[in-house]
Amino acid sequence: MAINVARASVGSMQAALPAARGEARAASGAVKLSAQDVRVRYGSNEALHGISMEINAHEVVAFIGPSGCGKSTFLRCFNRMNDTVAGAQVSGRIAIDGRDIYAREVDVVLLRAQVGMVFQKPNPFPKSVFENVAYGPRLHGLATTKAEMEAVVESSLRRAGLWDEVKDRLDEPGTSLSGGQQQRLCIARAIAVSPDVILMDEPCSALDPIATGVIEDLISELKKTYTIIIVTHNMQQAARVSDRTAFFHLGDLIEMGPTAQIFMNPTQKRTEDYVTGRYG
Amino acid sequence: MSEKHISSQFDAELRDVSTRVLEMGGLAESQVAQAMYALAHFSGETATQVLQQEDRVNHMEVEIDAQMQRIIATRQPAATDLRLLIAISKASANLERVGDEAARVARTVQRLINTGVSSRLRLPVADLQYEADLACAQLRKALDAFARLDAAAAVDVLKHDDQIDQEFDGLLRKLITYMMEDPRMISSSIDLVFVAKAIERVGDHAKNLAEAVIYVVKGTDVRHVALAEVESAVR
Repeated sequence: MAINVARASVGSMQAALPAARGEARAASGAVKLSAQDVRVRYGSNEALHGISMEINAHEVVAFIGPSGCGKSTFLRCFNRMNDTVAGAQVSGRIAIDGRDIYAREVDVVLLRAQVGMVFQKPNPFPKSVFENVAYGPRLHGLATTKAEMEAVVESSLRRAGLWDEVKDRLDEPGTSLSGGQQQRLCIARAIAVSPDVILMDEPCSALDPIATGVIEDLISELKKTYTIIIVTHNMQQAARVSDRTAFFHLGDLIEMGPTAQIFMNPTQKRTEDYVTGRYG
Repeated sequence: MSEKHISSQFDAELRDVSTRVLEMGGLAESQVAQAMYALAHFSGETATQVLQQEDRVNHMEVEIDAQMQRIIATRQPAATDLRLLIAISKASANLERVGDEAARVARTVQRLINTGVSSRLRLPVADLQYEADLACAQLRKALDAFARLDAAAAVDVLKHDDQIDQEFDGLLRKLITYMMEDPRMISSSIDLVFVAKAIERVGDHAKNLAEAVIYVVKGTDVRHVALAEVESAVR
């Protein structure tokens, strides 16, 4: 049974408003990503207990919750990064455009081009700025001539809001950029292989406030082209950048809804406790 | 709000600003009561006291708003905490206006005394007192509802708002009659119309406070919403 998460609740925080935990249906628009009863175990420990949700195309969804709640684990399900974690077992169904990404015939390398990822600590390759961005398209055969490649690199750097700062430094090492620039370089790198979805795992936590502000502005631009999921510890950031927010706690999805509603008038007491700082 | 924040400092700040609102409410209430006493007894001394206290009410509004802004900037509150602070801002503004209305009544009393109106003995001051008692009761109920964050009590305030409006309409008709009967009564009657209007506005401010309480508790903005809808939202 699904709850209509688009409806703003008038229930008080004391009222036990019945909610089908672990399921959150997208309010409108085409569904891009869906998860049904996703469980992740690390060895004998179940870290995610049956998460279900839908994410619309061109939506920015924020995952929030205290440390260890499973939000990054769940994020990594969408591009099968958990496959690389020894002992991790994923069950349930995750689909992109209706197609199960854990089906046997899925090419994981192609999947990870379609679903790009940006990590907490900027991790540019030990290559030039240009090569950082060109690497992916070259690997996937997305540009065959030099002119095509230059066009892809420039377009990606522009869309990542970095072109003006690096256009005269394309041959310099990616690691010579500032932290904020490196992170935008990583975003450009992800964009260069024409993904549909960008996953961001605390993309700003290693950055100063100015660089953070630049990336947050960038996210509003990027959502016109991509669907974005962002994991963040910074609640105000989640409130600023996302359309909907999902609150996780100890491996459960407690509540998912329009961001304004989650931060102004959540229906679940645990969500209220978390966003008001009554629980860390 | 019985549960504590992780930051006890934040708890203390919210408690402090909420207490100040209630103090301001008590002061505003007492200003209205004193102003009406001044009118009932044509006491220039009491009227002067009310006017001297007005500054204190105004300062409290400024201080409460400054405190509230500091909390918002430093704590970035969400959900009930944010709604409470927004309600506190509205409460302080409404209570400051209540103070203004009391001061208006006090100035009217001074004017009536200074013009030496001999016909004042025939003025329906007792009726005005009744209207004022209703308004003060509404204000007290609204402040109680705020103190306890009691949405049901707040709805009760909304239900009784009409009573004050009806009293005002009745007073207006009565004063018009006085003016028609005796043109010498016009000036003082008009003054009393303004007093009656000021009291009616006190009732409106109590209503605004009650709406703010419902907003804090239920997260629903019930301004400009029909009473039946408000009742179902609160249930």
